[in-house]
This record gives sequence, structure tokens and C-alpha cells, in this order.
Amino acid sequence: MNHSLLMAILLLSPFVGFLINGLRWRKNGPNLAGGIATVAIFISFICSVLLFVDLVSMPQEARRIAVTFFEWIAVDRLKIGAGFVVDPISAIMILVITGVGTLIHLFSVSYMHHDKGVAKYFAYLNLFVFNMLILVLGDSLVTMFVGWEGVGLCSYLLIGFWFTDREKAAAGMKAFITNRIGDAAFLLGMFVLFMTFGTLNLHELNELAPTVAEGSWLGAATLGTLLLFIGATGKSAQIPLYVWLPDAMAGPTPVSALIHAATMVTAGVYMIVRLNAMFIAAPNTMMVIAVIGAATAVFAATIGMTQWDIKKVLAYSTVSQLGYMFLAAGVGAFGAAMFHLMTHAFFKALMFLGSGSVIHAMHEEQDIRKMGALKKYMPITHFTFFLGWLAIIGMPPFAGFFSKDLILEKAFASPLGHPLLWAAGVLGAVMTAFYMTRLMALTFWGKSRVPKEVHPHESPWLMTIPLIVLGFLSVVGGWIGIPHVISAILPGHPANILGDWLAPMLKVPLSDAHHHLDAATEWTLMGISVVLAAISAAVAYQFYVRSPETPDKIAKALGPVYQLVSKKYLIDELYFGAVINPLIRLSKNLWHHVDVNFIDKITYVLGDLVRGGGSLVRTLQTGNMQLYAMYVGLGLVAILSFVLMR
Amino acid sequence: MLLSTIVFLPVVFALVIALWPRENSLRHLALGFSLIEFILSLKIFQQFDPSSSSLQLVEKHMWIERFGIQYFFGIDGISLWLVILTTFLTPIIILASWNSIDKRVKGFHAALFLLQTAMLGTFLAFDAIFFYVFWELSLIPMYFMVGIWGGTRRIYATVKFFIFTMVGSVLMLIAMIYMMYLTQEALGTMSASLLDFYRLKIPFVGGTLLSLQSLLFFAFALAFAIKVPIFPLHTWLPDAHVEAPTPGSVILAGVMLKMGTYCFLRWIIPLFPEAAEYWAWLFLLLGVIGIVYGALVAMVQPDVKKLVAYSSVSHMGYIIIGLFVFNSYGITGGLYQMLNHGISTGALFILIGMIYERTHSREIARYGGLASVLPIFTIFFFIVTMSSIAVPLTNGFIGEFLILMGVFEKNPWFAAVAVTGVILGAAYMLWMFMRVFFGPKGELVSDEHHPLHDLNAREIGVMIPLVVMIFWMGIFPNQFLDWSKASVDHLVKNRSSYNLTIKASGSHDPQALPEEAAQ
Repeated sequence: MNHSLLMAILLLSPFVGFLINGLRWRKNGPNLAGGIATVAIFISFICSVLLFVDLVSMPQEARRIAVTFFEWIAVDRLKIGAGFVVDPISAIMILVITGVGTLIHLFSVSYMHHDKGVAKYFAYLNLFVFNMLILVLGDSLVTMFVGWEGVGLCSYLLIGFWFTDREKAAAGMKAFITNRIGDAAFLLGMFVLFMTFGTLNLHELNELAPTVAEGSWLGAATLGTLLLFIGATGKSAQIPLYVWLPDAMAGPTPVSALIHAATMVTAGVYMIVRLNAMFIAAPNTMMVIAVIGAATAVFAATIGMTQWDIKKVLAYSTVSQLGYMFLAAGVGAFGAAMFHLMTHAFFKALMFLGSGSVIHAMHEEQDIRKMGALKKYMPITHFTFFLGWLAIIGMPPFAGFFSKDLILEKAFASPLGHPLLWAAGVLGAVMTAFYMTRLMALTFWGKSRVPKEVHPHESPWLMTIPLIVLGFLSVVGGWIGIPHVISAILPGHPANILGDWLAPMLKVPLSDAHHHLDAATEWTLMGISVVLAAISAAVAYQFYVRSPETPDKIAKALGPVYQLVSKKYLIDELYFGAVINPLIRLSKNLWHHVDVNFIDKITYVLGDLVRGGGSLVRTLQTGNMQLYAMYVGLGLVAILSFVLMR
Repeated sequence: MLLSTIVFLPVVFALVIALWPRENSLRHLALGFSLIEFILSLKIFQQFDPSSSSLQLVEKHMWIERFGIQYFFGIDGISLWLVILTTFLTPIIILASWNSIDKRVKGFHAALFLLQTAMLGTFLAFDAIFFYVFWELSLIPMYFMVGIWGGTRRIYATVKFFIFTMVGSVLMLIAMIYMMYLTQEALGTMSASLLDFYRLKIPFVGGTLLSLQSLLFFAFALAFAIKVPIFPLHTWLPDAHVEAPTPGSVILAGVMLKMGTYCFLRWIIPLFPEAAEYWAWLFLLLGVIGIVYGALVAMVQPDVKKLVAYSSVSHMGYIIIGLFVFNSYGITGGLYQMLNHGISTGALFILIGMIYERTHSREIARYGGLASVLPIFTIFFFIVTMSSIAVPLTNGFIGEFLILMGVFEKNPWFAAVAVTGVILGAAYMLWMFMRVFFGPKGELVSDEHHPLHDLNAREIGVMIPLVVMIFWMGIFPNQFLDWSKASVDHLVKNRSSYNLTIKASGSHDPQALPEEAAQ
């Protein structure tokens, strides 16, 4: 089929779905609204598959389908088209977005069945997918920015979906404004790149990127990419702008799965991979990215170990896993970043939907202290969640193992890597294994702490089917990126499909092509992380299933340290105390002291002087408008006649 | 005759309305008139040649020969869209104030049409004195509007408005007269034609305020800066807005503030190129302060109308910095932002008027949970909010993006400060939005004696054109920018020796005729 038509359907199908449900938001019932929305995304998925198949049939170097619908902005040198590109990188993204998106829409039909605003919900969800597709397909930073802000907007609407609860509405606002801080930097980053390279087209920017690495912090590539990365810390919830993501859990759970785990939050990683040649040219930026990524991976994991809300644990886990992706990007392992982005989309969407299934069964209870032993009531949810658990803690041969292992290997061995980055990654992996096992144990295993009035039950098939599909993907999803050391011992030597697929799009850090670890080191690194994670999981199992009183003792023993971590390091309080409240106080002072008491006072004094004292003011203030008009007219006549008489 | 007709037809309308015997059909009549005017203004597109940077559709007659004062109308790409904005907003204003204006209906509509003439004349006049007449004329109906149909402190607000604007206007008039004498010296005959003013080479000495060009520059700039308003001359605006009735606020924010920014582009930048360049830092600084200051003060306003008024100060700061970087991005963005602000802030004032009609309060703290009671109202308010905070695919983004890019090219530091407005803008608008629309129902919303009704067909009809424009201008900006491109390019390229030729009427000859030949 014609490529521009295919692209148009791919993009517009969710938008049409949005319009149908949006305009009939009072009339469409759950099945109709959900059906329309799911079909809309499924049509996009089919288009994605068709485009992907076409891409595969092309010769490797020519894999690029570009369509420009019209010229959007054209001022002076700035020429931005409504242009969209499917290439090996964006092809993966659209498959994940529309594929996982379809499953999550399907899940939502049942999950949101009893909500009054169900048509509105699906309208927002479709609008989100539309914007997300613009984000990943846009051929320039500006078109990407359209989707970038658009998904933020939908995220705002969906986090605050139950807006009568002020806290939830506030969480949406927090997400939007925090993202805006990043977006402001993103804008500046675009300006830096445009003023230097004269284009904002992603393809052209990669072509024009300096071929020699920039040493200075103030070089255009370094400054531009650093500003873009600040934008990414907003959207992808990295230090210091991660604070909105845990609060974003106020939205309906399928939203958390789609937006705050599988798709939108990975946009920052995607942007870096898109512009990889420019980022590679800026080693200082790369270092910052790797350090922030590693720090976030560890930092968020520590908080994850202390949370009691099932969704909050998953939220911090997402922040932490996104940290891994940035760590990968920062050491130049863009392929690994994309790989982990994809596998994470599978297993994290799975676990969020699984938590939705649990919350649904528990009658909106999210506190894992009130759960336990749900395994026997919810076998499918438990089993699929179990697969996701094995994937995220990196047990072979589950999906997360391959992607996380690749990141750790590159963090160690890449010319941009460092053993300390590797160590941070391993530490994060150990903590991940701990908090995820803790979550499994408290939710599904051990003794039941479910209140008597609650009767948990397995969710209906509309909810379990997506779980099963995602569970399957969490197992096999990693098999497209099997490292050489492992494939060497497997029958048939399966190729690293993903690596080969992405290779023509990615610039590797200088000298990386010849820089390979010997097999023994690679096995050792792999062994260390897997064994440590397994031990950590076993310890957590021991703590939370066998002897549930131990964790409390440890928490007590740690005292203030534990308190600090469980209160999320008081970062929100810090931001309020140090930035937001002083700003509001300042604003009030400006208003009262500058506007009202200073400028206005001066103008009164001047006004009185001009008109010869206050008495005249009183006679003027008669309220008679004809009189005022007469003054103006008289003034005009007086001045004109003065001129004419001269 | 097209431009004369467009400018003076509203006066005829005002007279007809003043003499119209039946009170009950008055509004329909006024709406019909304003639509005729709008359609008539669209005829400009038929006759306007977007590829030419010359002054087009010119009408020029000697008025007072001794002083070279002329009856002189013309249009180019810079004034085109502002004229359309004015004629576009008027029917919307009439429809929006269908019920809210209930006393002296006749006087109100007559004043509105007079005001329309004054505003259109300001955008189309190319003779200094002729222009000045329209500029001042625009104040009189505005006084009436605020003074008769305004709120409780309306007299205070009008006097404040009066003091501020008169001071500026007097200085401007003196400067204009001085420039007429300069034309006599330079060209032999006295002329008040702006085109002759453009030819003057006014001596400029840097480093001092006392050089002639700088003095004239500031005399004009002060008048326009008050109108815009630029920080710290903005304090009349919040009071005027709060006291003005909805239609007054819409015209004030939608068109009258643009008279100030338009004149920066029409008068200041081409007339005093060296002084503008030399003092650009001052206007960039004040513009950036305005952006941040306006946004911060907006954030803590308890009155939603005052909040929007301060947000105007912030938005107008963007326009000013866009104009004062003198590059295509900044000026195009500034021009576009004038239209955007007219539409989105106009729409915000209309929406605030709609809710005020229902509750008689604008205090944010007394609202809450409005979204569950008035869903259609909420949708419109949300879309306009998105436009106001410049979300992509709305008109606001195009303007803000181009302005920031232009400023960045000139001076990255100013751009870095101005970009905080992007964050603060989202903060004050969304915080207000949350307190008014989300959360549990506030006292005004849950009052059982006064159940609130969602927008009726008329009110939806008011909002739809505005929303259509928000997206149309955001998705297809080129369709708008193409009409202004030639004029903006001409200004950017020839700023230091700007001149404007007159395009012979009716001819599609790209060779524009010099001014003398047209006479």
C-alpha cells in the first residue's frame, strides 16, 4: 500500500477515535467507547506492522520511509514540515506503542467498565496514542516536541482523571509543570542546535554532528544535547525532575501501564537514541547522562524497597529502570537502551496491569500490607506477574535478563563506561530483586492479611488476555538480542536480531567496534549480577514469607535512615520549602509592594502634579463621562489650534 | 474606497443604531452590522497582493494643505491581520454580551461601533495627525464602556486609565508635530505623511538621551509602552480589566493593547532605527521583566480576571522582546503573538464573563469542582488555557516559539530568562484551573438555590469561531504568515533605511510606483 496513506491512517486512526468518543462523551457506553478506541489503536498496529514489513524488505542501508504532508512553519531559515519517518528505530517504537497500546485499551474496557466517564477516558487514551505517534515519528525536533508536549497534556488529563479528588488533580498539575521545566530546557536546546547547524531535522542533525568529539562544555553539540537531556529528565522522570512520576499513580492503573511505564516516560531515552550521532559528539553530555542514569537507578530503587502502595513500588521501579536506559545511552550503548526500553515496556506494562487486576479484585485497595496469599484467588494474575517478576530481576532466559545484562556489560566495557557505573548498575539490580520479591511475597504469597469483608477474585478474561500476551512477551521478548557468548553455545547460533536491525542507525563510541570483552570476562560479569540478584531475591523471600517480623526489626535498627528513605528523602518537602513557597511569597510581595504600593503611588503623585494638585482631581472625578469626553476633545482642539495658529 | 468604507461604515452603523426606534431588535441589528463589516473586511484578501511589501489599497487626499496633513489610508502585511482581528472579534463581542449588557443597550452598541472605527483607523492611517485622531478617538468609547457598564470601582479605573494614556499621548503629539517641522526642513514642504517621516534622517548620537533621535524615540515609545503596557507602566491594566464589562475587557486585551505593539512595529522601529537598536537592551530587559513579573504576580491573584490581566502583561512582554530583536523570527513571532493574544485572552475574558453572569463572583477561592457541573464550559476553558500556555498545535505555540528563537539568536541570556515564562505560564494557569474546575465543589458551585447551567447554544456559538481559530492558526500557520511575509522581510532587511512605496491601486504590476507618482 501507498506509504503516505499508510502513515496517514497510522496517525489519524487514534485521532478519529478520540474525536468519536470525545464528541459523544455523554452517550457512548463502556463497550462502545472501549470498542471504538481499541479498534482505532489496532488499526494503527496493523499499519505499523505493514510499514515494518516494508522496511524489512528494503536493503539495510535504505530502510527509511519518509512522508511530509505539508509545510508547517516556514520563517526565514526555519523550515519545519509536518514530516514523519519510519526507520529501524521508530519502527520498534510504533510497534510497541500500538501493540502494547491495543492490549492496554482492551484491558481498560473491563477495568473502567463502571466508571461514569468511560468515553472521556478512552478519548484521552486515544489522543495520547496519537501524540505519542507524532513524538516517535516526527522527523524534526520541533515535530517531536509537538508530540512531546501533547503526551504531557494527555498525561495531565489522565492523571487527574478523577478530578473531584483535589489530590489527584494536583498530581496532574505537578506532572505538567515539572515536565514544563524540562520542556523549557528542550526549547533552548533546540535553539542552540538550530543556530549552530541551521536545521532541526533529526536526520540532518545527525549528519551534521561534529565528527570529532567536543572537549568543551560550551560547544554547541555539548550545550545543545545537555539542554535536550534536561528535557529528557523531565519527561523520563530522572533526577532531579522525577518527582512527578510517583504522584502520577493517581491516574487509573491502565494509564500507569501505558503512559507511565511502557511509552511516554521512555520518550527521553528515545530522543537521545534518535539523535545519537550528536550525543556521541558530546562526551561531557554522555558522562552526565550515564551518571544521572546510574544515580537514578540506585536512588529510586532504595525508595522502592520501603513503599507499601503496590503502584508506588512499581512507580519507583520504573524510575529506576529508566535510569538503566539512560545509563546505557550515556555509555554509548544506544542499542542496549532501545532493547531495555522494549523489554521493560513488556514486563512493566504487564506488572502494572497485574497490579490493576489485583486492585480491582481487592476493591480499590492498594496497600500491600492488606494483601497476601492472593495466589490462590488469582492464579492467572499471579502466574503472569510471576513471569514479569523473573523478567525484571534479570533471571535468564527472561526478557529483562538479556537487556539488563547488555547494559551492564556496556557500562563496564564501553570506552565511555566505567567500572563504577557497572557497580552502580549491579547494586541497582540487587535492590530491584529485593523490592520486587518483596512485592511478590507481600501481595501473592505468605499469609493472607486481606480484610474479611473483601473477597478477592480473578479478573474477567478481557483483563487476563492482555496479561497472558504480555507475560508471553516478557519471556521471549529478550530472545531477539542474545549476546554472542550465549548464542555461541546454543544450537543454531541465533543471531542478535535487534543489534543487527539497529546497527545502521547507530553511531558507536569511537573504537567500540574493535573493543570486545573476552568471553571469560563477559561470563563473569553476567554471573556476578545474576547470582547477586538471585541471592537478594532469596533474602527478600526469607524476610517477607518465612519470617515477616525481620523487616520491621531491620527498619527499627536503621532508625532515621529508614525513615528518611521511606519518606522519599523528603525531596518533595525540599522543593516546596526551597523553591515553590519562597516563589509564592516573592510573588505576593511583588504584587503588594511593587505594584500597589510603589508604582501606583508614584503615578498618583505624578497625576496630582500634572493636574495641579488634588483639588482638581476631585472635580475631574465627577463620574460624568460626557465631561471626560469633553476634556479629551478640548485637549485635542487646544493642541491643534496651538499648532495651527503658529 | 475599500479601506475608507471599512473604517467609516461602523460610524454609519452607530448612527443607525442611535436612531433605531425599536429596542428589542437592536442586538440582532448590531450583530448583522458587525457581520457585514467582517465580510467586507475579508474583501481585502481579494485585492491584497501578498507578494508585495508596498502599501496597498491606498487612499490619499490632502486634508489641511498648509501643514501637509492628509487623509491617508493604506494597508500592508503588518496591519492586515490586525484589521481582520478587529472585525472578527466585534461580532463575537456583540454575541457574547447579548445578556450581560442590559442597560443603555443602544448606547453600548453605538459606542462599540465607534470604537471599531477608531481601532481600524489606527491600524490603517498613514498620516501622523490623521492617525493621532483615531488613536485618541479610541479612548472615548472606552471611557464610556468602563464608566457606564463597568464594575463598582469603575470611576477609579477610568481615571487611572485616563492619567496613564493622556500623558503618553501628549508627548507623542508633540513629537509628531516636531517631525512635521523636520519634514519641512528636509523636503521643502511640511508633511505629516508617515511615508515622508520614513525618509527623514534624524541625527543620532549614541550614549546620551539628549540626541534628537533618542528624544523622539522615547516620546513615541512612552505613549506606546503605556498602551502595551510594558513594565513598569502596566498598573492601569489590571484595574481597567477588573472594572470593565466583558466586552470592554475583550476589546481592551484583544485589540487595544495591540495598538501599542503595532505602533512599535509601524513607527518606532523603522522611524528611529539607530535609537531603537541602541536602546533595544532596555526594551528587552523590560520585556523580560514583564514576562516574569507578570507571571509571578498573576500566580497569586485571588480574582480570576485580574489573573488574566496580569497574564496579559506577561504575554505582551513576549511580543515586545520579539519585536526588539529585529530579526525575522522575532518580528514574525511578535506579529503572530499579537493575534494569538487577541484570540486567546479575548476568549478567556469572554469565558470569565460567562461564569460571572451565573455566579456574580470572580473569586477563585469560592469556586472548585466546576468541571463536574459545567462540562462544556470546562472544555472550552481548557482549550483556551492550552492556547494561552502555548501548547503545540495551538496558535500560542507558533508565536512563542518564534519569539524565543528570535531572541535566542540575538541574545541567548535574555532567551534563557524569557523561557521561564513557559514554566510560570503553565503554573499560574493550571493552578487557577485546578482551583476553579477540579476538587470538591466550592460554595458557588454547590449552592442549591442557584443551580448553574452549562453553556447555551448562543454561548457555544460565541466560542466555536475562537476555538477554530486557535487550532487553525496552530496547525496551518503558513496560511497566515504568507500574507505578512513580504512586509516583515522588507522591514527586517531595510530597517536602517526603511521606506514604504505605494502600490498603484488595481494594478498587479509588481513594480511599485514611488509615492509622488501616485498622487
